Amino acid sequence: MSDITEDTVRHLANLARIALTPEEVTTLTSELAAIVSAVEKVNEAVSADVPATSHPIPMENVWREDVVADELTSEQALTGAPDHDGSRFRVTAILGEEA
Amino acid sequence: MSDLTRLSAAEQSALLESREISSVELTKAHLDRIAETDSDLGAFLHVSDDALTIADEVDAARAGGVSLNPLAGIPVAVKDVLCTLDMPSTAGSKILEGWVPPYDATPVARLRTARMPLLGKTNMDEFAMGSSTEHSAYGITRNSWDRTRIPGGSGGGSASAVGAFQASLALGSDTGGSIRQPAAFTGTVGMKPTYGGVSRYGAIALASSLDQIGPVTRTVLDAGLLHDIIGGYDHHDSTSISDEWPSFADAARRGARGESLKGLRVGVVKELDLSGFQPGVTARFHETLTMLAAEGAEIVDVSAPNFEYAVAAYYLILTAEASSNLAKFDSVRFGLRVTPNGTPTVEDVMSATREVGFGAEAKRRIILGTYALSAGYYDAYYGSAQKVRTLIQRDFAAAFAQVDVLVSPTAPTTAWKVGENLDDPLAMWLSDITTIPVNMAGIPGISIPIGLADEDNLPVGLQIMAPARDDARLYEIGAAIEALLDAKRGSTFSALTPAFTGGAN
Repeated sequence: MSDITEDTVRHLANLARIALTPEEVTTLTSELAAIVSAVEKVNEAVSADVPATSHPIPMENVWREDVVADELTSEQALTGAPDHDGSRFRVTAILGEEA
Repeated sequence: MSDLTRLSAAEQSALLESREISSVELTKAHLDRIAETDSDLGAFLHVSDDALTIADEVDAARAGGVSLNPLAGIPVAVKDVLCTLDMPSTAGSKILEGWVPPYDATPVARLRTARMPLLGKTNMDEFAMGSSTEHSAYGITRNSWDRTRIPGGSGGGSASAVGAFQASLALGSDTGGSIRQPAAFTGTVGMKPTYGGVSRYGAIALASSLDQIGPVTRTVLDAGLLHDIIGGYDHHDSTSISDEWPSFADAARRGARGESLKGLRVGVVKELDLSGFQPGVTARFHETLTMLAAEGAEIVDVSAPNFEYAVAAYYLILTAEASSNLAKFDSVRFGLRVTPNGTPTVEDVMSATREVGFGAEAKRRIILGTYALSAGYYDAYYGSAQKVRTLIQRDFAAAFAQVDVLVSPTAPTTAWKVGENLDDPLAMWLSDITTIPVNMAGIPGISIPIGLADEDNLPVGLQIMAPARDDARLYEIGAAIEALLDAKRGSTFSALTPAFTGGAN
């Protein structure tokens, strides 16, 4: 039932913000089709009355005291940044040219 | 003094406490062993230049009569998935090359509090995605038993380091078997604690509902000693369990005394003892069952019918969570940035960075996870996988209603040849069939070595599983089985390790 095409993979790669080469798109399309047909069997096992488990050890309402703690200084937070101006992360333009 | 690196951490601790050796001597012995062997093994991505300083401070403290943790002064290796203030933390990925975090992971901070010198950071599959340590951006790690073979993964670096006597103790992370399967392949002990038993704060996340940090050692007692240090509640991790835990080292000592197996109900999971497994693995597993029965344990066959769906559900949940977790590698706050020519937008920069920074397996899993979470497919894939998770938990609950522990081979095979499964991602994923159900249910599992397969003379592991929160039972039973096997063999398992002093294989 797999409906994975090269367009699907290009769309997913765009959603995941990964620029793929044409060769990678081709390889991933065939791999993804095989993998998806292998994992589809999960649908055989379940029915509507089975509840979903999101978390193996159930916990509810995990709170902490609302106090400032373990904060990093700006300097510490910026130590790993590819680019910054001393107090802020610096990036290229958020918006491209109008088409 | 004979070679200190061959001793267990418990033995090293006794020599430190009686002042027969110093931490500086012990740490230097391990650093020398790393220098001698690691160009052939590739277990370490980074070796600390600070370990001897810490060792020296511990020796001074001991001389001054300061009360110390039993493992104080014993050097330890850390999987590169854990953040360390003073060493790069890359998770095996090019996208984090050279990144030095501004904080320590909690398990690392606890090692420092116990005053254990950190030897360095160990190699792993990129973001812990893999079963062979062939998906690291920094090269492969080899198996010290046979350097033409992989050490398992993703924690092949920690397992290989401990197996090759570069360290007696290491930390690993286990999302679907990444501590236990490499332990089986390298003849070492690997423990995946109950989900929430060890803090994940500062562990670079793969799949947050599955990841757990745990010990990698050569003996069950050493794993218990290390778990006692790294485990327990941490308010930085909202999934951390707030229970009081018993001493796992005490549990291991209790097991080694030899009374624990009589009357023990041991369940053999039919779905994890398959005819397709390597014959030498199955032979050692069934011999162990016979030995347990001779010691008065009751062997019970149990069935877990939904385990058949575990691998499929696991790879949907894992990739969905990974695609979300790995979104943080966006070229803005840390790590690599690749800027295309022209006037690229921030999205162009992100896409170019992630294209260059992620390896093939990471891309494959991110794309699959994005698919599993996308509109129109969510219920059929991610939603169904979460329901399978419930069914797997029910299978375990039914099994543990009949027995005290469950057992299986840790892996269907022994360590395979470098490159053997690289072209077939699905085959590689299926190799985790025995370990994945444990992560899906959040229960603890341990792998201990039980012998060598006849076909290839490579180590075989026994996986023991217990109900959630009953990690102590695994240390007790694991140590009991280990003690029996040691007595039968007349030596520890690690004494069988082929001599390896560096140089050609």
